[in-house]
Amino acid sequence: MKDTLSSLWRTLFGHPVRTFGTVSLLLLISMAIAPAKNHFSEWRHYQKQYLKLIASRGEAVTLQRHFHEHDGIQQIWLPQLGVVDRCTTCHVGLKEASLADVSTQPFRRHPVIPHTLDQFGCVMCHRGQGPATTVEEAHSSTLAWEQPILPARYVQSSCGQCHRDPLTGTPQLNLGRNLLGRYGCVHCHTIKLPDGSAMKATDDPPSLSHIADKTTREWIYAWLKDPQAYAVTATMPNFKLSDPDARDISAFLIANSTPIAGDTVPATKDAKAPDPAAGASLYGESFCASCHAVQNAAGNVVGGDVGPELTRVGTKVKPEWLRAWLHNPRVYDPGTAMPHYRFTDPQLSLLTAFLGNKTDSDLLANVHLDAATPEQIAHGKLLITEYGCASCHQISGIKKPDNFAPELTRIGSKPLTQIIFLPGMTHAIPDYIAAKIRQPRSFGAALKMPQFTLAPAQIDALTTALLALTDKANDLPMALTVPAKPPSNYQPAGKAGQLMADLACFSCHTINGRGGDMAPDLTWEGSSVQRPWLQAFLKNPGTLRPALIRRMPKFNLSDDDAKELTDYIMTVYQTPAFDRDSMPASGYPSPEVEQGRQLFYSKYACQSCHIVDTKADKGYIGPTLTLVGSRLSAAWIYHWLKDPQTMRPGTIEPNRNMNDEDARALTAFLMTQKGSSKQEAKK
Amino acid sequence: MKRYRPTLFVVFLLLMSAGCARKAGTASTLKPTAFGAALVESSGGKQIGPTGTVLAQPLVVQVNDEQGTAVPGALVEFSSPADVSFDPPSGLTDSSGQLSTNVALGAVARRYQLTAHTSTKAQKPVELKIEEIALGYQQQLGYQLDNKYCARCHNPESSAERVSNYDNLQVKPHPFTEGDTLNKMSDADLTAIISHGGPALNKSALMPPYGYTLSKAEIEALIAYIRLISDPPYNAAGTVYAQK
Repeated sequence: MKDTLSSLWRTLFGHPVRTFGTVSLLLLISMAIAPAKNHFSEWRHYQKQYLKLIASRGEAVTLQRHFHEHDGIQQIWLPQLGVVDRCTTCHVGLKEASLADVSTQPFRRHPVIPHTLDQFGCVMCHRGQGPATTVEEAHSSTLAWEQPILPARYVQSSCGQCHRDPLTGTPQLNLGRNLLGRYGCVHCHTIKLPDGSAMKATDDPPSLSHIADKTTREWIYAWLKDPQAYAVTATMPNFKLSDPDARDISAFLIANSTPIAGDTVPATKDAKAPDPAAGASLYGESFCASCHAVQNAAGNVVGGDVGPELTRVGTKVKPEWLRAWLHNPRVYDPGTAMPHYRFTDPQLSLLTAFLGNKTDSDLLANVHLDAATPEQIAHGKLLITEYGCASCHQISGIKKPDNFAPELTRIGSKPLTQIIFLPGMTHAIPDYIAAKIRQPRSFGAALKMPQFTLAPAQIDALTTALLALTDKANDLPMALTVPAKPPSNYQPAGKAGQLMADLACFSCHTINGRGGDMAPDLTWEGSSVQRPWLQAFLKNPGTLRPALIRRMPKFNLSDDDAKELTDYIMTVYQTPAFDRDSMPASGYPSPEVEQGRQLFYSKYACQSCHIVDTKADKGYIGPTLTLVGSRLSAAWIYHWLKDPQTMRPGTIEPNRNMNDEDARALTAFLMTQKGSSKQEAKK
Repeated sequence: MKRYRPTLFVVFLLLMSAGCARKAGTASTLKPTAFGAALVESSGGKQIGPTGTVLAQPLVVQVNDEQGTAVPGALVEFSSPADVSFDPPSGLTDSSGQLSTNVALGAVARRYQLTAHTSTKAQKPVELKIEEIALGYQQQLGYQLDNKYCARCHNPESSAERVSNYDNLQVKPHPFTEGDTLNKMSDADLTAIISHGGPALNKSALMPPYGYTLSKAEIEALIAYIRLISDPPYNAAGTVYAQK
């Protein structure tokens, strides 16, 4: 070995001339490396392939011209966004609309999106290494790479870096953000928004300070062991508690509970058992299913998700508590989303019995708890502090912990060096977040994060929402972001305001930006409806849209309360756009009415969605208009016809660009539709 | 150095075999306990979802024997020509002869052909083709617009949450999957009928105009969506190539 080397050395450098020659040769070779590397580089290879691809196409000349306008390495440089992207060097056809049918990468046309490449570059949305010019370095599928290409399933997270408001085009991101609030993630994990405020939870977990009034220790035990066994839709996670731990926590909660005066009503002593069928029909009439779901025999959960699922509610709540709750839920929980129905005593008996029968004997069959010892209660308290129960639930005597879990404000840019991955896991942030949500305790049995019950699509959505919380999202200048609409804390004043809180109007209706989206926005209701109709409707809500299953319940309001609400709505909820009384409610000339009828049935074909004549018309989409003449104000109808979206943003009634004359004629026709009052007049 | 060479070689061989064993191991851990003769789709085919996302419903296939009875314990593997992933990618059928997998669609807006494989006792392969549709950004927007504005009349199927108005209409609208009719209409025709209503193409006035309600981009998105879900599939006229 040594001999070979020394003889080689002598051959090359043994003589000054030979040395000179060898060194010159080496120098030449080394100088050729750079151009050769350039010549054989990957991107040139792709560009050559691209030229071959376009050469045979009909529009070859145009495509070639586009290509040769910018030869060589391409770069998009956007200093404001911190973007230096050379992706278009290989992805040559991204902007070529005529390459829609090409499926070979990297030559596909970019799918249609609302932004252009020149505005935003590539890595803003796709991540990866913008300045790189090789496939490996740009996308990097190698392990432990800080910024690999973002998998397509999470790409909406990139929209969320700038857009904090919900976009129609990003349903997954919107769902994920919604779930962060709905599943109470932000109770424990702080997420600071760029405006400095913290993201708020929307799940409203119940206070546990008075829980002994409501339920039994056995139920609490069963619930703690497996919340989804009680209700499949429960958002409460499973803490995987051992039997003694669940026993001790339930012992503490019962021992710690203080009674509230009036939140239980002793069972009535009427011997006659209430009729279950009547209970079921009262449950239906009161539209409980608009907010509460029940699992049917086929296993499908049917009903709304505003309130808790009631499939096994009889096994959970005490009948005396349930009766008091149905009588007035605000005694037990002043902030509940449940309206205060004014049920009569017989109605209360019916509903209490009906709901009390929704039981599941299996749930508590194996729960046998002995009387709690002081040690168990003390241990239960310790566990509650340890698991951070008070982060979500109010528990008297226990302080809500601050920052109980790690802050997630910048989780989307968490350095990989700070993450402990599981063996066999891809070393990338999306995989880490998804795995953490899917099975938190797989990262260590001692971890406190509980197991949530989430569908795969929900896990993807949550991962997407969390991936949007990057350094970029936090550090971008406000001018480059689209802020979310600030939450409204609108509060109606006076006695009507108290009534609206008592009836929980905001659980379903939005007024001035605050409230739910189940029912129509009432911000301008006062300009829209006629006083007598509104007052009668509040007393006894009828059906406006026959095909809807979620409807306004009957609250059994007193005349005074109905009048109070009507007065307030008619006075306060008025649009500045027009005067409600600017058009008469009746007295339109009959030729104009007839012209309106013609327009209704022929030119505008309103009968495809609306019903005026219950015998002939079948449109089941919009509200039934048989009574519209005594329901809506003429001015509202006129302005609505002219521009529905301005009157109520997001309505599906199409804007027909109607001229004044047609709108007036249609208004005249619709104002003659006075339903029952017309029939009465005939009599 | 020389002394260690055989040892090194053995170590290298060991490492190699370990590496190979691990690669082959994932597939061979599942040993079928039974074999069927046919594969049928139970549910989860013909779904639509955004590109890259997991489909809302799992794909469930069933293995049957010659008599059509379900076969538990048969090995089923899923495959797809493109970037679709399955969780799990293979498995044994359960007591009712079924195997369920979550399908994550690929990154391209298109129809994805998936295949489920099993084999008979005689090692004869049995295949089942399933199609799923992935919506890109534009088609997804169209899908949402369809849900909000169009589906109530154009989709004959009712659900508890949304009663279809299809049967109430004197002139029946075309469901958006009805490729036989819609594929013959050009993009310009579809744009006209959406913007100006049925009368724009001498069709029923029951179809109202949406040109003042939807933006140009929204109408384009709606058309992109209709084109993608149409059955039979829509083939654009495409580029006409110059003769060489």
